[in-house]
Amino acid sequence: MSTPEHPDALWRNPEPKKNYDVVIVGGGGHGLATAHYLAKQGVTNVAVLERGWLAGGNMARNTTLIRSNYLWDESAAIYEHALKLWEGLEADLDYPILFSQRGVLNLAHSEQEVRDSVRRVEANRLNGIDAEWLRPDEVAKICPIVNVSGDIRYPVHGATYQPRAGIAKHDYVAWGFARRADAAGIDLIQDCEVTDFVVDGDRVLGVRTSRGDIGAGTVALCAAGHTSVLLDRLGVRTPLQSHPLQALVSELLEPVHPTIVMSNKVHVYVSQAHKGELVMGAGIDSYNGYGQRGAFRVIERQMAAAVELFPVFARAHLLRSWAGIVDVTPDASPIVGRTPYENVLLNCGWGTGGFKVTPGLGQAFADTIATGRVHPLLAPFSLDRFVTGALVDEHGAAGVAH
Amino acid sequence: MQLIPCPWCGPREESEFHYGGQADVAYPDDPAALTDEQWAQFVFFRDNPKGPFAERWFHSAGCRTWFRAVRDTRTYAFLPGSPA
Repeated sequence: MSTPEHPDALWRNPEPKKNYDVVIVGGGGHGLATAHYLAKQGVTNVAVLERGWLAGGNMARNTTLIRSNYLWDESAAIYEHALKLWEGLEADLDYPILFSQRGVLNLAHSEQEVRDSVRRVEANRLNGIDAEWLRPDEVAKICPIVNVSGDIRYPVHGATYQPRAGIAKHDYVAWGFARRADAAGIDLIQDCEVTDFVVDGDRVLGVRTSRGDIGAGTVALCAAGHTSVLLDRLGVRTPLQSHPLQALVSELLEPVHPTIVMSNKVHVYVSQAHKGELVMGAGIDSYNGYGQRGAFRVIERQMAAAVELFPVFARAHLLRSWAGIVDVTPDASPIVGRTPYENVLLNCGWGTGGFKVTPGLGQAFADTIATGRVHPLLAPFSLDRFVTGALVDEHGAAGVAH
Repeated sequence: MQLIPCPWCGPREESEFHYGGQADVAYPDDPAALTDEQWAQFVFFRDNPKGPFAERWFHSAGCRTWFRAVRDTRTYAFLPGSPA
């Protein structure tokens, strides 16, 4: 009997070169997607530096929700741009990502939430985004396991519905981007932690890493929860706060949950993965933390909310839980664009909702890097909006978590 | 559950507390004299260290007193000797 051959690796594991035109710091979804779209623009002298293993941070830990039903024009534009790219991504990557447009229900539990939700539906429609307001009986038709009776603590008064929302297999998405970037000649370098920058006036000459200095024409930061640690080395302040965000799965169940349900009020959101686990997320743990773990009481509260909304879940068991480190901003919108250093570009602050924008951000950020002009879809999210006051307040649409 | 050392009540469960963010952020003496940049720094910008962090905590389900503590954001451990 022979031993099976080890399958072909999806990407090389190269030694870093001395210099690159572009160094992307962070080999998560955003860094890998940016690399892929840079390659599509013909920019391939690029390294993606990852301190751990590829896509092992928030890209491995998110709950894979994809939707674009945000309130403000600026947010709707970038998230809808991303959703349209998701709809063609399997073909673009030539790789399966199990993208499933099963729709999302955002529940309303009070008269005020009803008013806010209907307003958001109308705003979405004006932006060309599919959105409907559903009454409780219509919610029950789409998701029969939701408790729409009037005798629970927070009755369901209705829900917004975006049919084109969905989920995708997060690991496959990362692998798909990594495989294509590698095939184009981009170096994906793991176990390579950026510890400092080589600064010359208002420019950066390169990065100092655990594997030596690497020169860079442009440095693009895609470091999510660790962005502040890097920017501290450059003396650049941002309003980011890093928090633990927890998620969990149940054991495998038969298909019981046909869509995605989110509830800001009772702080839970749920979908069912292809394999059968119920995938649930909660809000962030309140304190700053870099520990990739959170308090169990947050999970307990989330489970109480889930069982109230979905009585059938009372028979399910928690299989495992985990946490990522999310970079939260005061207006629940990202920070993307320029820094005081002319060749350092910033992409951070996606907080609890960075997965859904992965291809949209990758495409627009790559365009920004390649052309030197901040892409129009990213321009509203500049760091200086906290000085000008032009905030993009998405607390309502970001809600419990994106 | 994580125990948090309230300087008045001693160690109590985390669920009794409310987080208040970075400590020692003083209200400006003369807010009207600040530039937009300085006002933005006061309103929106806070430190976000990976390591020891001086914070405000509120014992909301206990003695209802605000206090200052130093906590390590990597381990979440409260460091001994934090000034109250």
